[in-house]
Amino acid sequence: MNISFLLNGETVDLLDVCPTTTLLDWLRDTRGLKGTKEGCNEGDCGACTIIVIDETDVKPLNACILFLPQIHGKAIRTVEGVGIDGAPHPVQSAMVDLHGSQCGFCTPGFITSMVAAQINRDLDHDTTLAGNLCRCTGYAPIAKAATAAAQTPNPPWLQQDRQALASGPSKELTLAQPGSSDALAARLIAHPDTTLIAGATDIGLWVTKQCRDLGDVTFLNAVNDLKIIETTATTTRIGAMVSIEDLRLWAQNSHPSFASLLQRYASTQVRMAATIGGNIANGSPIGDSPPALIAMGGVLELRRGDNTRQIAIEDFFIEYGKQDLGPSEFVQALLVPNQIPNLRCYKISKRFDQDISALCGCFNVTITDNKVTAARIAFGGMAGIPKRATHLETALLGQDWNADTAAACMVALDQDFTPLSDMRASAAYRLNVAKNLLLRYVSDLSGTPTSVREVTV
Amino acid sequence: MSVHKSLPHDAALLHVSGQARYIDDIPTPADTLHLAFGVSAIAHGEITSLDLEDVFASEGVIDVLTSGELPFENDVSPSAHDEPLLSTGDIHYLGQPIFLVIATSHLAARKAARLAKITYHDSPPILSIDDALAANSRFEDGPRIYGQGDISVIDSAPVVIEDSFEIGGQEHFYLESQAALAVPQEDGEMVVHSSTQHPTEIQHKVAEAIGVAMNDVRVEVRRMGGGFGGKESQGNALACACAIAAQRTRRPCKMRYDRDDDMIITGKRHDFRITYRVGCEENGKILGISFVHYARCGWAQDLSLPVADRAMLHSDNAYHLENIRIESHRLKTNTQSATAFRGFGGPQGMIGIERVLDHVAHRVGRDPLEVRLLNYYQDHQDHSVEASGGSISSKMKTGPQTTPYGMEVEDFVLNQMTADIVDRSEYQSRRNAVADWNARHSILKRGLALSPVKFGISFTLTHLNQAGALVHIYQDGSVRMNHGGTEMGQGLFQKVAQVAASCFGIHMDRVKITATDTAKVPNTSATAASSGSDLNGMAVKAACDTLKARLCAFLVDRHECRHSDIQFKDEQVWIKETAFRFEDVIKQAYENRISLSATGFYKAPKVAWDRIKGQGRPFLYFAYGVSVSEVVIDTLTGEYRILRSDILHDAGKSLNPDLDIGQVEGAFVQGAGWLTTEELVWDAKGALKTHAPSTYKIPAFADRPDIFNVSLWDNENQEDTIYKSKAVGEPPFMHGISVYLALSDAIAACGSRYPHLDAPATPERVLTAVQRVQRHGL
Repeated sequence: MNISFLLNGETVDLLDVCPTTTLLDWLRDTRGLKGTKEGCNEGDCGACTIIVIDETDVKPLNACILFLPQIHGKAIRTVEGVGIDGAPHPVQSAMVDLHGSQCGFCTPGFITSMVAAQINRDLDHDTTLAGNLCRCTGYAPIAKAATAAAQTPNPPWLQQDRQALASGPSKELTLAQPGSSDALAARLIAHPDTTLIAGATDIGLWVTKQCRDLGDVTFLNAVNDLKIIETTATTTRIGAMVSIEDLRLWAQNSHPSFASLLQRYASTQVRMAATIGGNIANGSPIGDSPPALIAMGGVLELRRGDNTRQIAIEDFFIEYGKQDLGPSEFVQALLVPNQIPNLRCYKISKRFDQDISALCGCFNVTITDNKVTAARIAFGGMAGIPKRATHLETALLGQDWNADTAAACMVALDQDFTPLSDMRASAAYRLNVAKNLLLRYVSDLSGTPTSVREVTV
Repeated sequence: MSVHKSLPHDAALLHVSGQARYIDDIPTPADTLHLAFGVSAIAHGEITSLDLEDVFASEGVIDVLTSGELPFENDVSPSAHDEPLLSTGDIHYLGQPIFLVIATSHLAARKAARLAKITYHDSPPILSIDDALAANSRFEDGPRIYGQGDISVIDSAPVVIEDSFEIGGQEHFYLESQAALAVPQEDGEMVVHSSTQHPTEIQHKVAEAIGVAMNDVRVEVRRMGGGFGGKESQGNALACACAIAAQRTRRPCKMRYDRDDDMIITGKRHDFRITYRVGCEENGKILGISFVHYARCGWAQDLSLPVADRAMLHSDNAYHLENIRIESHRLKTNTQSATAFRGFGGPQGMIGIERVLDHVAHRVGRDPLEVRLLNYYQDHQDHSVEASGGSISSKMKTGPQTTPYGMEVEDFVLNQMTADIVDRSEYQSRRNAVADWNARHSILKRGLALSPVKFGISFTLTHLNQAGALVHIYQDGSVRMNHGGTEMGQGLFQKVAQVAASCFGIHMDRVKITATDTAKVPNTSATAASSGSDLNGMAVKAACDTLKARLCAFLVDRHECRHSDIQFKDEQVWIKETAFRFEDVIKQAYENRISLSATGFYKAPKVAWDRIKGQGRPFLYFAYGVSVSEVVIDTLTGEYRILRSDILHDAGKSLNPDLDIGQVEGAFVQGAGWLTTEELVWDAKGALKTHAPSTYKIPAFADRPDIFNVSLWDNENQEDTIYKSKAVGEPPFMHGISVYLALSDAIAACGSRYPHLDAPATPERVLTAVQRVQRHGL
């Protein structure tokens, strides 16, 4: 595969690269740029964060799980390339002045994340830096540095890179990089066994951790017609290639609880790479979005060749590792209602940010005249697939809506789920908390504080 | 003077620009080879067959070694010669290295290492503390016992409490995983670059492994990407593997663990079970106490004995316990060999007594702070008044305050420090506010707690309390400084450079900081036990003092003045009222054939310790601190958050206050992580299930307290340490205990029963404790 991109302002053309070479390995081992570090090789520590720039976006991404074809036609800035005219970027100076580095190994990743956040004018450091682990500082001086450097103007290289992108590296696509959903559909008919790679935040680990050879691969990052969110009178259609971060931004107004859940989907770096289609199609029982989408009554649009079909999202998940997806078929889009006022999404994990759910409970109960008239309740982490709590829904229907009802009905979850014990939580804890989340939901809808995040000293 | 100033980390500008070089960043020759271990898939048993055909055939593989092909010693243990580099057939834990792949790339080596076909004869693994006790599987013949007084007083005490709790281990999670690079030289010599806290031990083990004397091996360490104790002994295997492969292939060999391999292969903090039986007065004054420590040490001895000793030595923490017995069991299990980790057993010992104080306060119905104060040692000032025969107030105790191991506490300051933090943190008003808030909220509950730290400074293996340095002044007046300490982010190099600059009265930019190198300073101790700046600062000062003495002798002669007329300050050498530029004096000294290179040496005074008897003075002094943390918990899910932490910490007269505050902040968050979200989980077969950051959760950015106030206690060290400073690496780790206690306090607000909270206090453990308390009613 031939790849072109800008690296710290310089055009790079690579011929016949192995498509599953990670950008991190290429930067360090081939290019000799050692500033970008490998901390975990799975996108969980942020030490390898680099900045990817295109015409519209500036994204901090984890280079360890980013394959070279994913940066084709883009501009990359590494820690070596964020300075301004030979001087440190203000973020770098602030980190020096405020003692933001100790061992220094995580520091390049913090610098790139902070520079990207500063360009994006995103001042919520707790969120923008949730994907960068530091073991030395306790984060306090880094937070001070991020605040101190927040009002910096954009570096001149941002404009320079964008100008260079307009004329510079080739954006010509190969067959393994379809440029539209039609081209993708055709390629899947021709190559039914190809591995589809969207953000590579999961498949990246097949290569870096499982040392697997992926065989024939298809990169979806140029399928631009699936990166669109379209809203009609009642329904919103979300293309499968919409990133989790873009979905979060869309959901902030219409589905704030869903947006809050997505804010805890891994990290900024992962949300900007990962796609909603990937999160659904890989069929994980602990994916963050499926329980919410099931509770919302979401519908999937699947496509094979020129044929499309729609399926309720809960029906897509058949059993662990098995989805209702035929050969050459792919997840094209997702349809969700525009407004769901009573939707609440609760993710429970050991660590608040950047963790995988022990369980995730999503509730969408319709209450008319204080009676439950409809209920869609779904859980992740409670079974081999994301799954509706049908016994609980049935138990609630027609009941008065109050804490006593919830306390009486929550035992129905014993019939809905037989969860597993693993390193994240015991089966007993999962079932116990699943029940308690119904109590939280009652309190939450009534306006009682239910989150430790709402408390201040 | 450069000391006592808040200069940035010496490499800060290199860190932020990506120029700071770690092992895997060192440019290597094109023919460099890369290594990976093939590891066992069972925890206990024997290898019955080992088929490496597919490993050899894998792309890029140059060679594959098993224990039989090792040329010399097959041991990477720091102590007991019980840790083979490669298994000789017996398997002691899941993840034990069995064979070594030498390949043309890191990925090729990792891929090939998975292709072996190995069959085993399985034995039942000894995994838990209970397994080990049942099998009497232990290091040393039986438990160690330290103590003083007579614990039979417990039997007649008005209040007697017995309980037991579990304290989980902790993965170091240094961001840079273990790494080494060996470059073969002419005539059998080997240069090793290692990410290690202990270059001399790497040199020693590599020399044994390749059959040469230590003078044939040079180890260089510029910096580590974090250590925390995890690179005290755990780098031996990689360095030895690289040296063996480099000797065999005559090519440079590099090895770095992938994160998962690192977590599966290397040791972690010891997990403990502590049982206690305490007798006290109705007011909470402890009359007698008995502890039993069970330390899970893993498969090899490593540093477990001194770790478990140090846990015993911190069983008193800040409290004068006249009748105490501590029994310590060092249990051998088929898990990773637990190793050094910041605090080195101290945190486990300390949380034992803090838990007891918490439990006692709950039982006698008093604020835990009052009960703590009631049991504190006395502050030194009070004590000295007493000792000098001055007026003794009725409140004061009589007689010396002796620790359970026979050392007198002569520098206690926690009464003053506690009064100060109580004031700064508004403890009393917040205690009331928390109670009011909890009365008005049923789902969420808040908790507040104060905990003190008294941490002993010195290696308990007395002979390790030594350090060397080598200081050169070049003829242009620039200084190059070398010492035995290693830099892992703590700012040691900068602090010691500040010492050198202060000695000569010169600017910092004249002092070049250089990599630690066993060819320059030999026979170094590990940079461990918080000793780095205490020992190496003094050694560098000794070298500088030697050089200054030579320069002074030269100047006395030349200028016919007295020694006392000469001063080194402000980049100049002053003789009475006349100033000469430092570089001019150096040039003249050079031209007059004055030696401008000197070694320095330091050994810590006063320490003497018998670890078998448990008597003596293991520590030169104590470092102190106190913290107050407030948390909120969710009684439906067990989730929680730290709302505010206030810390006051004693770094003596700090060499560099900002760097010391950085150590305190970082240590606190790491300590809080140990006791909250950082949970190590092994399955029934002994496989570590939390072997990557996806499953093992160190604190993330937003886990730091919302309000986080850290101050240093301005207090000169009573002992004659480097510029009267105190060691600061480990002691603040234990401020994290206040978070654990605050969680317990919040849980206690849910009912009347004591929470009995185990650590780490994951949301699941918090919820379990909440429901236990709730079940027993309000």
